Amino acid sequence: MKLLQRMFQTFVLALTVLAGGSLAHAETLVICMTQFPSNLHPDIDSMLAKTLVLSATRRPFVVHDQDWEPICMLCTAFPTMENGLVVTEPLENGAEGLAVTYTIQEGATWGDGRPVTAGDVVFSWEMGKHPLSGVSDQESYRRIRSIEVHDEKTFTVHLDRATFDYYRYVPGPLPAHLERPIFEAEPSEYRNRTAHDSDPTNPALAYGPYRITRIESGAEIVLEPNETWWGEAPTFDKVIFKIIENTAALEANLLSGAVDMIAGELGLTLDQAVAFEKRHGDRYTVLFKAGLIYEHVDLNLDNPLLQDVRMRRALLHAIDRDTISARLFEGRQPTAHGSISPLDWIYDPDSPRLPYDPQRAVALLEELGWSNVKEGVRHNAEGERLVFEIMTTAGNRSRELVQQVLQSQWKAVGIDVRIRNEPARVFFGQTVTQRRFSAMAMFAWVSSPENVPRTVLKSDQIPTAENNWSGQNYTGYANPAMDKLLDAIEVELDREKRRILWAEFQHLYAEDLPVLPLYWRAEPHILPVWLKGVRPTGHTGVSTLWIEEWRSEGR
Amino acid sequence: MLHYLIRRLGESAVVLFIMSFVIYALIGLMPGDPIDLMISANPNLTAADAQRLRALHGLDRPITERYLAWLGGALQGDLGYSRTHTRPVIEVLWPRLWNTVLLMGLSLALALLIALPLGMLAAVRPRGAVDHSINLFAFAGISVPPFWLAILLIMLFAVTLGWLPASGMGEPDNPVEAAKHLVLPVLTLTLLTAGGIIRFMRAAMMESLRQDYIRTALAKGLSGREAALGHAMRNAMIPVVTILALNFGALFSGALITETMFGYLGMGKTIYDAILGNDYHLALVGLLFATLTTLIANLGADFAYAWLDPRIKLR
Repeated sequence: MKLLQRMFQTFVLALTVLAGGSLAHAETLVICMTQFPSNLHPDIDSMLAKTLVLSATRRPFVVHDQDWEPICMLCTAFPTMENGLVVTEPLENGAEGLAVTYTIQEGATWGDGRPVTAGDVVFSWEMGKHPLSGVSDQESYRRIRSIEVHDEKTFTVHLDRATFDYYRYVPGPLPAHLERPIFEAEPSEYRNRTAHDSDPTNPALAYGPYRITRIESGAEIVLEPNETWWGEAPTFDKVIFKIIENTAALEANLLSGAVDMIAGELGLTLDQAVAFEKRHGDRYTVLFKAGLIYEHVDLNLDNPLLQDVRMRRALLHAIDRDTISARLFEGRQPTAHGSISPLDWIYDPDSPRLPYDPQRAVALLEELGWSNVKEGVRHNAEGERLVFEIMTTAGNRSRELVQQVLQSQWKAVGIDVRIRNEPARVFFGQTVTQRRFSAMAMFAWVSSPENVPRTVLKSDQIPTAENNWSGQNYTGYANPAMDKLLDAIEVELDREKRRILWAEFQHLYAEDLPVLPLYWRAEPHILPVWLKGVRPTGHTGVSTLWIEEWRSEGR
Repeated sequence: MLHYLIRRLGESAVVLFIMSFVIYALIGLMPGDPIDLMISANPNLTAADAQRLRALHGLDRPITERYLAWLGGALQGDLGYSRTHTRPVIEVLWPRLWNTVLLMGLSLALALLIALPLGMLAAVRPRGAVDHSINLFAFAGISVPPFWLAILLIMLFAVTLGWLPASGMGEPDNPVEAAKHLVLPVLTLTLLTAGGIIRFMRAAMMESLRQDYIRTALAKGLSGREAALGHAMRNAMIPVVTILALNFGALFSGALITETMFGYLGMGKTIYDAILGNDYHLALVGLLFATLTTLIANLGADFAYAWLDPRIKLR
C-alpha cells in the first residue's frame, strides 16, 4: 500500500514539474476556432477560418464596418459620385459602365518593406481572371473591363455595368514582386505553388497589423506584429489561432486557460454559449451578435402541394417562431420575417408578416381541401394524406431541435411532417444543390449588408443538369416581377430610390413566400473580461479586421 | 521460411493494389464532388466556373482514368497532391504518421505493460477480490466512451488541477512541452486499450492453466508462479498476439475521437477529413497506409506464433 502511495506521489510530483511554465506569455492572445484553413491564398476558395486569420494580416479596400456602413480601409477615400471618384461611362454596347478611382494608403507597405502599389492590384486582377489560376469565383474579376494605373498609388477600375455595389469589385493587392514569377512560370500550377502556401511566413505576404510567423498545419497559426504596418500599433506581441474542432474540448481549453477567447464566427454553438454564460459569466464576457445568417426552410416549388401559396402560408402560420427563439435560444436569435435583416438599412418595418396563427393555418388548409382529419392527419377528398418531408444537416443540434418543434407544431394542425436528415457533406453536396429534396430543406444563407439575392431568387438561377447545377435558386422560384425588381435594385445608384425598391422586394417576398423564414442566427463571442475593444460585426467582415484595437486591461 | 515471406509479401502487394482501386472508387461514388461543395458555399459560381474548376482539378475525367493517372504517378514515387492541404500528400501524411506512431505506440506499450500482468494476476486468482477489482477496471476501460473519458481527464488534469495542457501538440522545438501534451491522449488511449487486452489475457491464461501439462509441472514440484510464468504464459500469448495483430491496423489509421478531443494531429483525423472533403489522394494514401500496416502486423503475428509455439511451422 505504501509503495502505491509513493508511486502516486511521484506521479503527481512529475506532473507538477512538467506543468511548470505552462502559462501563456502575458502579451499573447490565444484565439480558438474550430476549423483550419485549407489554404492561405486570399483569393483561391473562400473559407471563414482563412478570412479570420488573413483579416489580421491584410486589409481590403472597402469593408462594411460594425454599423454595416461601407468604409475605406486600404484606400484613402471611399469613392462616391459626390466626391467625383465614381463616374459613369458609356460602353461600346450602348450600356453604361462605371469608372471608380482608388488611392492606396500612403504608408501601405508589404512586410519586406516594399510599398503596396497599383501594380499589385493589377497583378491580382490578371491572376484572378486567368482561367487556370484556380480562383473559384471569377465573377468579381469578370466585371472589371480594365484597370488604369495613374501612379504608384492611384488607379481606376473600369466596370462593365453601373451597379450600386461597385465598391465590391476591386481586387485586393497581391505582392506582385513575389507572386508574379510563380504565376507566370505555370498558371495552372499557381494554386499549388503560391508563396501563400509554399512560404506562408514570408513577410512580403502581409501588409496588415500582423504577419504569420509560424504554422503548425492543422493545429495553430502564430502571428506577430508586422513592423511595416502603417496604422495604429497592435497591442499583443503574439496572436495564436488555435484549432480545436470539438466544441466540448474547446470549452475545456478555455476554462483551463490554454486559450483566451473563442471566435464567435467559428466557435461554440448558441446553446453551448448560453449554458457557458450561466456557469462562467463572471469570468468571461459573452457577446451574442445576431447578424446576417438567415436560417430558413427552402420549399421545393416543384412539389405540387407547395406550388399553391396558400399551402406555404398555412405552413408558416402554423409555427410559433417567437416561442422557438425564446425557449430554445433564450431570445438571442431574433425571429426572421423575411430575408432582410432588421439591422440592415434597407429593412422595411412595414413589410408584411405572417404571425403564428394556427386557426388561420387550419382555415387555409380547409380551403385547399384538406379537411378530413383521420388519426390527427389531414386527408383530401381522394383520401390522400397531407405529408411532407423536412431535411437538414444531421448532427447539427440546434437545427435538429428546431426541426422537432416544427414537426410537432405542424402536427397540431394536421400536417404530417417526416424528418430525414443527411450529413452536411451529402446534404449540401447533392441533395440541396441538385434540388433532390422533396419538400423542405432547412439551412442558412450567409450574406453581407445590402446583398442582392440574385442567385437565390432569380429565375435563371435554378440549378439544372443543363446548367451544371449552378445557381442557388434551390426552391425553383420564378416570378418575372421579382426578376425585374432585382435587376432594377442592382443598377439603382440613388440610395433613397433604392430604399423604395427594397421595400417592394420585401413585400413581394412575403407575398410569394418561396421559403419559410425562421430566425437570424447569432454568433456567440466568448472573451475574457480583460479583453477590450472586440466589436463583432454580425456580417462577413469579421472582427479581426479591427484587431489592432483589441487590448488587455487588468489582465 | 524465406519462401513463405516472399509469398506473403507478394500477396500483400496484390491486396494493396486491389484496395487502392476499391478505395478510390468508393470515394468517387460518394455524392457530390469538391466543386459541388464550392457551389453550395459560393453564390457567384457560374456553370462556366464549375466546368472550368472541374477541368482544372481533373474531376471531369472518368474515375478509372483518374485512378490510372494516380497509379502511374505512384509507381514513380509521386503519391499525388492533397487538394485540401495544397501540398503533396506525403508532406501532409509524414509528420502525422510519426505523431500517430508516437501516440499509438506509447499507448499500446503502456497498455501491454499494464494489461498483461493484470490479466495473468486475475487468471491465477480467479473469482477473488483481486480478480473482481481487475475485471472492474477492465470493463470500465471497455465500456467508457472515449470522448467522455477524454473530457473527464481534461477537466481533472487541465481545468481543475491545471497540471497539464488541455489539448494541442506543444511547440515542436520544445520536447518537454511536447511530452506534456502527450500525457492526456496517451493516458486516454491506454485506459481504453488495456481493458480489452486484460480480458483476453485472463481468458487465455485461465485456459492454459487448466491444461494437463500445467498439472504435470505442478506435480513435478514447480511452484504456481513458475508454472504460470514459465509454461502457461507462452501458450496464452498466442490468442493475445492474434488480437494485437488485428488491432495493429488501427495504429496507423489513428484514433479519431481521441485525436479530435485533444486537437492531436494524427492519421485518424486526417483520413476522416480527407474523405469528407473529397480529397481523393490524401484519403487513398492514408487508408493504404492503414491497410499496409494491418498486413505487416498479421505477417508479424505469423512469425510470432512460430516463435511462441515451436509446433507451428511457416511454409
